[in-house]
Amino acid sequence: MDTTALALSLNLAFWTCIILFPLAIFFGRLLAWQHFPGKALVEALIALPLVLPPTVLGFYLLISMGATSTLGQFYYSLTGHHLVFTFDGLLLASVIFNLPFAIQPMQRAFEAIPTNIREAAWCCGLSQFQALWRIEFPLAWPGAVSALALTFAHTLGEFGVVLMVGGNIEGETKTIAISIYDRVQAFDNHTAGIMSAFLLVFSLVTIGLVYRLSYRRRRYGR
Amino acid sequence: MDDKGVKLRLCQHQPFPLDVEIECRAGELLALVGPSGSGKSTILRTIAGLHEPESGFIHCEDEVWLDQQQSINMPTQKRHIGFVFQDYALFPHLTALQNVTTALGHLAVGLRTAIAHELLEQVNLKGLEDRLPDNLSGGQRQRVALARALARQPKILLLDEPFSAVDQVTRRKLQRELVILRRSIKIPILLVTHDLNEAAMLADRLYVLHKGQTLQNGKPAEVVRKPCNALVARLMGHNNIFSATVEGHYPEQGISRISWRGLSLELKLNQTFAVGSSVDWVIHPAHMIMHRRDRPSHGERENPVHGVVKELLELGENSMVSLELKGGDAAFLNFTVSSHSARRNNLSTGARASVSLLAEGIHLMSQN
Repeated sequence: MDTTALALSLNLAFWTCIILFPLAIFFGRLLAWQHFPGKALVEALIALPLVLPPTVLGFYLLISMGATSTLGQFYYSLTGHHLVFTFDGLLLASVIFNLPFAIQPMQRAFEAIPTNIREAAWCCGLSQFQALWRIEFPLAWPGAVSALALTFAHTLGEFGVVLMVGGNIEGETKTIAISIYDRVQAFDNHTAGIMSAFLLVFSLVTIGLVYRLSYRRRRYGR
Repeated sequence: MDDKGVKLRLCQHQPFPLDVEIECRAGELLALVGPSGSGKSTILRTIAGLHEPESGFIHCEDEVWLDQQQSINMPTQKRHIGFVFQDYALFPHLTALQNVTTALGHLAVGLRTAIAHELLEQVNLKGLEDRLPDNLSGGQRQRVALARALARQPKILLLDEPFSAVDQVTRRKLQRELVILRRSIKIPILLVTHDLNEAAMLADRLYVLHKGQTLQNGKPAEVVRKPCNALVARLMGHNNIFSATVEGHYPEQGISRISWRGLSLELKLNQTFAVGSSVDWVIHPAHMIMHRRDRPSHGERENPVHGVVKELLELGENSMVSLELKGGDAAFLNFTVSSHSARRNNLSTGARASVSLLAEGIHLMSQN
């Protein structure tokens, strides 16, 4: 078992969740209840990582984060580090390729709350923030858990984008998925098998949890 | 206007037309009635600040909640309204008590629970404070919604079809409770309802709305008995609406006459309409007396009309009669008699029958 790669993957997944969580609440709520020009385009852009081959997404991220790119240069001027082939770059890529996994469950959860429940909250004198915190969020939390679980599990399993943007640097960008590939290339099927089994069980538990919560949400969503 | 009441004017063209002016005094219960799409619920939502019209104003007590000219649009949270939604919109994850305390944010934390208990007791829900809405009956949910609306110490109470989601027995009980509750709250109450009987029973005044406009407003009995035109009459459930020509006014006898289907009908003196003008007229079934076949009775001399029973429907204790009148185009008088009386008079489909239209019940309406 490559514990360094596992720790790196867990670290990457943790920070991805931390960054995406508020973004998912903001965009999920916005897309659930607001109508604005270009909404379909925004939704399509968010959903793009679901259908785009990871290598294609990885390629564009590599180009846009490269040392000669505006973003890459800006980041370098800010931190003195490059984005590509670093943990920071990997984290940025991870946030982008996980957008649909985080935002879509939140959006569905907010959409399931009847409009008049929110209106009743305002009529009770609750501010927008109080209504979010005390009424909307408790009703949408199964969506939040789904979002976090899917994002976490998907980050652990992502291969293509990670390889394109992060490469295979031990302790910096070599995640558990890359390590499995590495082990297989080195004919170390035993270690690859252990790590694969770990990812399999973890993913199964995560998806099971998501389904269980969705039953609860259906029960609430009257 | 009483400065404790509400006064509003709302205008818009999109997404649907609305042009109304409403006044409701403190302690008054005003019912907004009209068909679906007449703008009733939109008016409540606008008062609550959940919808913004193109122009207009809302003054409640001494506050300006909306004034498009001055660009004032007070947010819902600041308006202090009590709103009972059609399906109650209770917070499903909170208990009855928590639902009520949610609306008590304007009070000190220490007071909220005690006040919420009091409010739930006031709506007869003592003992059910810890139940989630899912575990309450329709009537109990409505009571929680009402307690929650009152918790806000509202300056106006808005009730959007509050009795539509409960059975008939519960509905009567809740209506009775509303009548009792009204004695203790001195704020304007606006009730939206489809049910005319409910509106007539509970309201001090009715506003009849159609396509976003007020057709008539007044005391329920007045609007029901004296609709201003045929449309209001139809909305009020009248189905004996006809057209006639004013024949003459006879002040010395205290009567006017209209010419209808070759008959000259007598009514109480009404000089609003000039002789020779076309009018619509309506009569409430309560002012139609069926002639007994075996012996003549009092009132038979008053506007007798004759016809053939086209339809007789026995509905329990009462029977609905549709009488096709003789002569001219097809015209029907619809009225209700007790089933017992229908049997005694051998009333059946195809039988000849006569009714008197009592002069005091004939109401003339403008054709515009």
